[in-house]
Amino acid sequence: MGVVKCPVCDADVRVADDAMVGELLTCADCGVELEVTALDPLTVEEAPEVQEDWGE
Amino acid sequence: MLHIFYSRLRMEEKALYKAAAARGTEVDFRDAGDLVWPDDFENVGPGDVALCRCVSQTQNIALTQLLEGRGVRTINPPETMLLCGDKIATAALLDREKIPQPAWRVASSFDAAVKAAESLGYPVVFKPAAGSWGRLLAKVSDREACEAIVEHKQHMGPAHSVFYIQKYVEKGGFDLRAVMIGGRTATLMKRASSHWITNTARGATPEPFPMDAELEALLNRTAKVVGGDFLAIDVFGTPEGWIVNEINGQPEFHGSVAATGVDVGGLMIDYALDSLKSRSPGGGASHV
Repeated sequence: MGVVKCPVCDADVRVADDAMVGELLTCADCGVELEVTALDPLTVEEAPEVQEDWGE
Repeated sequence: MLHIFYSRLRMEEKALYKAAAARGTEVDFRDAGDLVWPDDFENVGPGDVALCRCVSQTQNIALTQLLEGRGVRTINPPETMLLCGDKIATAALLDREKIPQPAWRVASSFDAAVKAAESLGYPVVFKPAAGSWGRLLAKVSDREACEAIVEHKQHMGPAHSVFYIQKYVEKGGFDLRAVMIGGRTATLMKRASSHWITNTARGATPEPFPMDAELEALLNRTAKVVGGDFLAIDVFGTPEGWIVNEINGQPEFHGSVAATGVDVGGLMIDYALDSLKSRSPGGGASHV
């Protein structure tokens, strides 16, 4: 399991070993939604804001 | 070939990918946001099956239309996504097929919208004709609030100026969600919440719920008239019986998996592989 810093609150965010690029995570400290943008090295960015036509 | 196109890698898309990998299936698994049509779709052609899982309904419908134009079998087909993405079209279909649903009205002016709400009787719920995850729902309990909501919505653009209004249903603090694969129920869960909106995206608690004959008949009939392969049907319990609230044409299923333990991703991949097989030489079946 990898660990990266949350780009919003700087908390440690755990990333599972089987994580994939594009996968969504939630920072347990600040609750922001993050997206895995690379695996080597492991990087995350804030996920895009929800758009009006997103959903089921 | 089996394709899975996505735009956000949610639990659902990852589960589908893992299920395909576990079956040893070659799968074209790509972020549709990175792709240009037709340049990046040279590996797509007649006989293929594509699970279209973009989180944007607009993007997903465009993708399915392009793929179907090339002879690809999309899950769901675009007509199902268009229907389920439009609550007014869905309500009209349910009425035509005499499938029970909350009483509803459609209006397109301030005065008509207020009149519609009053004819239903308060409380009513204003819903965007296109929308999901419980966004922009407004429960309205009196005329003053109704007038304010209608005025505000009129300033939100044309998409919000055709008013879809449902009679509020006292549903006992929960609704049911059935995930349907190929016209049959894969999972059934109860979503309970102290809030009147019972989407899991809004914090409702999912748990399994036992099927009954009346409910099963309603779900099967609804899935049949809506068509498509992969649906989520939301149901309210009323003193008069079960009624259909909404139908989702590109469902998420993390809550259903959590509540029931059913491997929905695996069932979907099995279904898609069956569809793929039926399209190979000697196969035959098309849309459900």
